[in-house]
Amino acid sequence: MARIGVFVCWCGSNIAGTVDVKRVAEEAAKIPGVVEAVDYKYMCSDPGQNTLRKMIKDKNLTGVVLAACSPHMHENTFRKAAVKEGLNPYFIEIANIREQVSWVHEDKEKATEKAIDLLKMMVEKVKKNKPIEDVRVPLTKKALVIGGGISGIQAALDIANGGVEVILVEKEPSIGGKMIQLDETFPTLDCSSCIMTPKMVEVYQHPNIKLYTYSELEEVSGYIGNFNVKIKKKARSIVEKDCTGCGDCWNICPMHKNVKSEFNVNLSERTAIYVPFPQAVPLIPVIDRSVCLHYKKGGKCQKCYDACGPKCINFDLQDEIIEEKVGAIVAATGYDLMENSLYGEYGYGQFKDVISGLQFERLLSASGPTEGVVKRPSDGKTPETIVFIQCVGSRDPEKGVPYCSKVCCMYTAKHAKLFAHKVHGSQSYVFYIDIRATSKGYEEFVRGTMENEGAIYLRGRVSKIYEDNGKLIVKGADTLSGNQVEIAADMVVLATGVIPKKGSDKMAQMLGISYDKYGFYTESHPKLRPAESSTAGIYLAGMAQGPRDIPESVVSGSAAASKILGLFSKSEYEVEGTIASVNKTTCVGCFYCRRVCAYSAISKEEIKDRNGNVLKVVANVNSGLCAGCGACVNACFSKSIDLKGYLDEQIFAEIKSLAV
Amino acid sequence: MENNIVEDVQNARDEKEYSAGSAKGEDKDKEPRIIAFVCNWCTYNGADLAGTSRMKYAENVRVIKLPCTGRIDPLFVVEAFKKGAKGVLVSGCHPGDCHYTSGNYHSRRKYTAFRDLLSYLGVDINRVEFSWISASEGNKWVSVINEFTNKIKLLPDNSDIFSKK
Repeated sequence: MARIGVFVCWCGSNIAGTVDVKRVAEEAAKIPGVVEAVDYKYMCSDPGQNTLRKMIKDKNLTGVVLAACSPHMHENTFRKAAVKEGLNPYFIEIANIREQVSWVHEDKEKATEKAIDLLKMMVEKVKKNKPIEDVRVPLTKKALVIGGGISGIQAALDIANGGVEVILVEKEPSIGGKMIQLDETFPTLDCSSCIMTPKMVEVYQHPNIKLYTYSELEEVSGYIGNFNVKIKKKARSIVEKDCTGCGDCWNICPMHKNVKSEFNVNLSERTAIYVPFPQAVPLIPVIDRSVCLHYKKGGKCQKCYDACGPKCINFDLQDEIIEEKVGAIVAATGYDLMENSLYGEYGYGQFKDVISGLQFERLLSASGPTEGVVKRPSDGKTPETIVFIQCVGSRDPEKGVPYCSKVCCMYTAKHAKLFAHKVHGSQSYVFYIDIRATSKGYEEFVRGTMENEGAIYLRGRVSKIYEDNGKLIVKGADTLSGNQVEIAADMVVLATGVIPKKGSDKMAQMLGISYDKYGFYTESHPKLRPAESSTAGIYLAGMAQGPRDIPESVVSGSAAASKILGLFSKSEYEVEGTIASVNKTTCVGCFYCRRVCAYSAISKEEIKDRNGNVLKVVANVNSGLCAGCGACVNACFSKSIDLKGYLDEQIFAEIKSLAV
Repeated sequence: MENNIVEDVQNARDEKEYSAGSAKGEDKDKEPRIIAFVCNWCTYNGADLAGTSRMKYAENVRVIKLPCTGRIDPLFVVEAFKKGAKGVLVSGCHPGDCHYTSGNYHSRRKYTAFRDLLSYLGVDINRVEFSWISASEGNKWVSVINEFTNKIKLLPDNSDIFSKK
């Protein structure tokens, strides 16, 4: 039999001014199951809480209902007080008679009636409450970081420096991501490699970081604290531990004119056995089996093998699957650039001297194909006039993407500035829609490009580019003066829009996290939980979430790391017990619940007889993943799932108490 | 188990009594009872905000808090009408703002399908209101409640909601 205590709080005159608290208490005392109902000036005060505790003890209460302020205000206060007397905290219910009664109504009679109703609802609800235990999940204190760009590196270093083991998986043969391809960085113009390579080396040498390059995530299962991951380490064809990175192999490779360098964005060639760039980490080559003559011509060519001193080349190496157990994951898979060829009018791919912003970075870079001397790809001449076109693909819902790629305004200003520094007397023209320079020092930087370097900014779009007499004629509109302009340029640089990394949707599906219509991962809350994914234990960082610049990527990497270090600082992960549970006797295994679960918290469980034969397959809620939204409860046809704390019978009891 | 059966029988008896009670005739001046099923994260906080801002609205609404509109079983709505509610409000986070990413979408879809069934049961679908009220929209909560109350007042007063003739 339920023994319920009711407390009606005055909240000074906040409640008592509009609600007849004495009458509410009197009415409450009449409800079957209520052993005592009292009113008190301030229930949340220490003496108030003591009255509550005393009654729980003296009257041996099985449930408590407080008619007081919003449960969002003091539910925890009262739950804690109840726990001290040995009552399960979920046997405390609050009828909100302040925010939803006394403060919003003026008629005392009607307000009192409503207060009594709300109280009755909660009494009926608490009668049906079942004890709920908070869930404790063990933690494997090891983290996995996917992606070795700046945000992934930052996350890995921060976690590792916090004393936690990290596995860093990078798809490419070297870490460094897009940032290592950049020349100098805005707004301070410090050289990207100079600030990036020390971090890369730190990752490589860190005792807490295990680095898997040229590797991909193959499979992820499990949940927060207990993920099982399979990593495919693609065959490099090099015995890594023996390689010294001397370069004898790639210097002798006969395939030196046929393969475009990915690192230099097709502006130079690489060999079949190669390191993507000289500062690669690890400095271990990889054989590109799709072009290597050894694989294509049945093993005839083995010049690299012959040249290799330590004999670390092994053509027969196979892909390897590595299994790891981790407790948390950072998805920092980065971004790609849009296809410039979408815009036929700009002639990308048709004219050699129309290039992308990333290609221009390589032309500016001392480690690039021209060793930092700006030369046109077509004839190697130094250009004197460059036209930069911003928003190529960005902010274009028709052909490209509707969002702003965020970094292009700044890198175009940087390009124009660096071009002026490198080629004296040169002229830049920038076609833009708006200039967005909103971070620290950015506006000044763009101003500087305009005022000190003499770059001419034209607000408008380019309609056509064609070649005439070795020049690229750029026709466009200057919407501020209202004139058509025609510029004879030596080169055109397109500020291409940013899109999620190819396959990021597949990755999100593998991880069970949500992503938006473009493929960017979505945050658990866009403002208040920007580092968390929709799935507990999986965190986000860098451009994989959307366009952002280097400082923001670093911050997001650190944010993800701090979340993980916070998670790992406890011995177990604790979740509120108000989660779904399955009645396995009635579950028919239709798994409609799985379809609606936004957290991939429902898995299939086989019920076996003693001989191991599968009797039936039922749904199982993973308590570590379940967020307690209750969507599955409504999807269940056989009414086999219920949500603890919000059981069907509790809600029906609430409704029933309102019967008129 | 036995207890449950006893309880069920009791419930069935109670229900008979309730329906007998409601058939006795309505107090015409009484504000129509509204039961609101709201999510814990947006609308419940929006209603709280109306309170902290001391806005005033009709006293006829009874709020039932659930974690998410995705938890709202259409049977709750039916049950609310059975227990004498004259209107049912379902309210949660705006599309895209769901605390659980997609619960409000499930709810919206369910409601779309459920409307026809309600209509078939004889319920005037004007008695069911579906809205998105965020935690910052105390004023919207107030106007939704007031407008919905007024709307219901204009409907023919059927003492038995399920027999629209």
